[in-house]
Amino acid sequence: MLEGAQFVPAFLSWLVPEWPLFLKIHVLGLACFTYIVARRLVPLVRAARDPRFDRPVTRLGMVLKYWLGQWKHPRYKTAGSLHILVFAGFILLVIRTFTVLLAGVPENFRLPGRPGVASEAYGVVTDYALTLVFLCMLFAMVRRLVFKPARYAVPARYGKARAADAIFLLALIALLMLADSLFEAANRAAQAQQGLPVGVATVLSLPWALKTALASTSLPVLSTLSSRAYLLHEVVFYFLLCYRPFGIQFHVETSLFNVYCAKLEKGTVKPVDWGVGDEHLDEVKSFGVKTFEDFTWKQMLDFYSCADCGRCSDQCPANAVGRPLSPRFLTIKARDYAFEHYPMLRRPGNGQPLVGSIYSEDEIWSCTTCGACEEECPLLVEYVDKIVDLRRGLVDDGKVPQSLQKALKALESRGNPYGKLGKKRADWAQAADFQRTCSVPTLTGKNGADTLYFIDSITSYDDRMQSIARSTARILTHLREKFGILGALEKDSGHEVRRFGEEMLFQSLRRDNVQAIKACGAKRIVTADPHAYNALKHDYRDVPPVEHISQLIARGVKSGAIGFKPLADGNSVYTYHDPCYLGRHNQVYEEPRNVLDAIPGLKRVEMGRSRDRSFCCGGGGLALFYEPKEEQRMGVKRVQMAAEAGANVIVTACPYCLANMEDAIKVAGLDAKMRAIDLAELADQQIAREVPKVEGREAAVIQQECAVGRSS
Amino acid sequence: MNILVCVKRVVDTSENEIALNSAGDDIERNDLVYSINEPDNYAVEEALQIAARSGGQVTVVTVGGEDDEEILRREMAMGANQGVLLTDDCFAGSDGRGVATILKAFVRRGNYDLILTGVQAEDGAAQVGGMLAAMLDYPFASLVTSIEVLDSAKLKISREIEGGNKELNEIDLPCVLSIQTGINEPRYVGMRGIRAVASIPVPSYGGTELGLDGGTVGAAAAKVKRTDYFVPALGKGAEMFRANREENVEKLIELLAAKGGLK
Repeated sequence: MLEGAQFVPAFLSWLVPEWPLFLKIHVLGLACFTYIVARRLVPLVRAARDPRFDRPVTRLGMVLKYWLGQWKHPRYKTAGSLHILVFAGFILLVIRTFTVLLAGVPENFRLPGRPGVASEAYGVVTDYALTLVFLCMLFAMVRRLVFKPARYAVPARYGKARAADAIFLLALIALLMLADSLFEAANRAAQAQQGLPVGVATVLSLPWALKTALASTSLPVLSTLSSRAYLLHEVVFYFLLCYRPFGIQFHVETSLFNVYCAKLEKGTVKPVDWGVGDEHLDEVKSFGVKTFEDFTWKQMLDFYSCADCGRCSDQCPANAVGRPLSPRFLTIKARDYAFEHYPMLRRPGNGQPLVGSIYSEDEIWSCTTCGACEEECPLLVEYVDKIVDLRRGLVDDGKVPQSLQKALKALESRGNPYGKLGKKRADWAQAADFQRTCSVPTLTGKNGADTLYFIDSITSYDDRMQSIARSTARILTHLREKFGILGALEKDSGHEVRRFGEEMLFQSLRRDNVQAIKACGAKRIVTADPHAYNALKHDYRDVPPVEHISQLIARGVKSGAIGFKPLADGNSVYTYHDPCYLGRHNQVYEEPRNVLDAIPGLKRVEMGRSRDRSFCCGGGGLALFYEPKEEQRMGVKRVQMAAEAGANVIVTACPYCLANMEDAIKVAGLDAKMRAIDLAELADQQIAREVPKVEGREAAVIQQECAVGRSS
Repeated sequence: MNILVCVKRVVDTSENEIALNSAGDDIERNDLVYSINEPDNYAVEEALQIAARSGGQVTVVTVGGEDDEEILRREMAMGANQGVLLTDDCFAGSDGRGVATILKAFVRRGNYDLILTGVQAEDGAAQVGGMLAAMLDYPFASLVTSIEVLDSAKLKISREIEGGNKELNEIDLPCVLSIQTGINEPRYVGMRGIRAVASIPVPSYGGTELGLDGGTVGAAAAKVKRTDYFVPALGKGAEMFRANREENVEKLIELLAAKGGLK
């Protein structure tokens, strides 16, 4: 209750006659909103489980960083700045909006309080905040109507354009700001005319401008204006509240929860069924996502939370090369499905298969799990787990492209996708010239070696990639590591097997590898393959810690254990391509660059898209066997980016990236101007060795043998 | 429709490095990976699709030993209702006609409307299907690339003709068809599927159960015998174009045109 008659603003008494109407709207609006949200929660209740309430402190940190701090937004300068301003405005305006809403209800519903310095200051701040939001809405509408940024466009195959809805919502927010301002302005104008205090003039704000305009309006007109403005504000507020759950602005309500419940472990893949241990998977009737209800509640919350901003698809390499996949529409189509099958009034429909209705098989296989979409999403919507879950559903139904079936079958029978003999897995180390300079023992648990070099399939069997294995072994030797390999006992890490949805085969490969790793007696693992690195780090349990070779080289450079001789080729310009599973999924960005920068005479440029915005080469593992429908290869687009950056040598740190880059260089017709090399190969080539005389051969000869790719 | 699919376990040519054994009469069979003969897998998929459309049961049968049960389980994991193993010491060394005789005895025990085989075994001679049809006095069509069930007594099938042409036939049931690869896209069978059928019993029948006269099958009855096995000597190596791109393309076009590859 307010004390003293002089503090009771006149406008409150103006609203009294209309209280019954205002109250009805309040009750109706709140009831509608509650009902709508309850209906929206129906599928979430039916959904699969998903534990997202562990580690509350970390999660609160996520909320502070990504929700309150709007961490991802500046990555898109215009839209991001606009959003930060609007978000800040909204946060500031929360109390004001409720204060205005409460002005129209009987006094005993209102919170006690009296005007003070704090509330005066809050009034000033929010006058400007709502002006800012209002201007941002105008700007955003102009942007949508006139400038039409390309990423908002809806390709014909994904349905109708959604710009009208977006503009309608922007206009409603602008109207809300206008109604608030008009209400304030009418009341303040009246107070001024009655000689009551009106507080600080918020010059150039929207309420101030309106108040100035209304200065000489008569009190009865102001009275009407005030109550009409209140009514408009109330109606628009509740309309927005109830309309948002039907479209892209539902994120206003859901984002806080979506960010709090976000995935905390990068690089991991969710289990088939949370709460069912690997040993009980045989009892699970159906694997993966087949119908909408197979999604977890958090995956559904993702669908509700998507703001349709298009950043995911703008970054998606599959979308960029014309594959039938757009992460944005993966979400939007699922949301449309949810809205259609969980309607407001009728009973929910029965679950029907998603692939074949809203999704196509090609769409689900087109993803390389590079993670660019997830990295970009301001709302932390997850994609890779959904793709993997949908693939698990396809695998369970036997719907696997023939080209992948062959590789999967070979993995089952031979432990590698090429169908090569296990006993030939270590043949790369048998090259005669290599053996003279470097010995690679097979670990038996009794060699006293503490480091295991895990090679993985492509580097073991592919003629070209074997050079990476030899370089890695030579670097480990130079670093005086006591290391060895698993030899024929090593199987494919299964990294892509898991990400292509064949969980049981992955677990079988993992079982074999874990057994061999435990028996080999190593205390740590080194690999040059980021996919193996990610698998050993995130998918395997109970194995020694794993490092990527770039991390060892970087450490060696720092400690002085590795010194580089100057680059002979002074005219080349180098660029580093971040492999997805080293960079985005594991945040190893600096070490490879530090290694390159330590090589005397090496000129390095950055591509426009690098580090966490790196553009996938086309994918590793089973992705090499998949025959996608696309207009262009991802790799070709990538080497063109390197050319644009002025580079003529692409350095990467992943055998799959290297394979894709080398192919792409040829396809792009750049083979005369550009080449690709692995970081381990380059480091091996440039290491300054004190070369001992081996069997009377000259140092230079050995140096030459160490040269990249020629050692066999 | 009651469908029987005859399948065979063969050395997987895509996953093995085939070498002759020291005797020179067979390939080195240690360290080999076996799998179902690929065209047979298409035949099973086709049977499953027909059963899904028109109803019915799919039985998969093979002639062999204990090791061959593995492919029956794989096909059961695909969806076949039953797997049957025909095994007997006296079957060993059968030629194509011997295998057809064994299969015929099995067919006579059941009531099958349609019998499918793969177009040929990867290590075989594309003969069992035709012989089986003749022995049963059933109509036979080979190289089948599509099957449509017209009614309970008739099928409409298309067949592949050399040169890429196709012909359409009507064929009376019961009949035997040999299925060409590419007729469908066989579904994937993962470890999970195989584990799910691991405990289903696979019945096996020997010569006595099938009512076979031991003298009509096996090595003694075989009239076709392998006398040698060899890897042909490599012919002249491929020609590499090592000039620049434009010249290479020009040369390639010239060669293709000369050989009739370009019209």
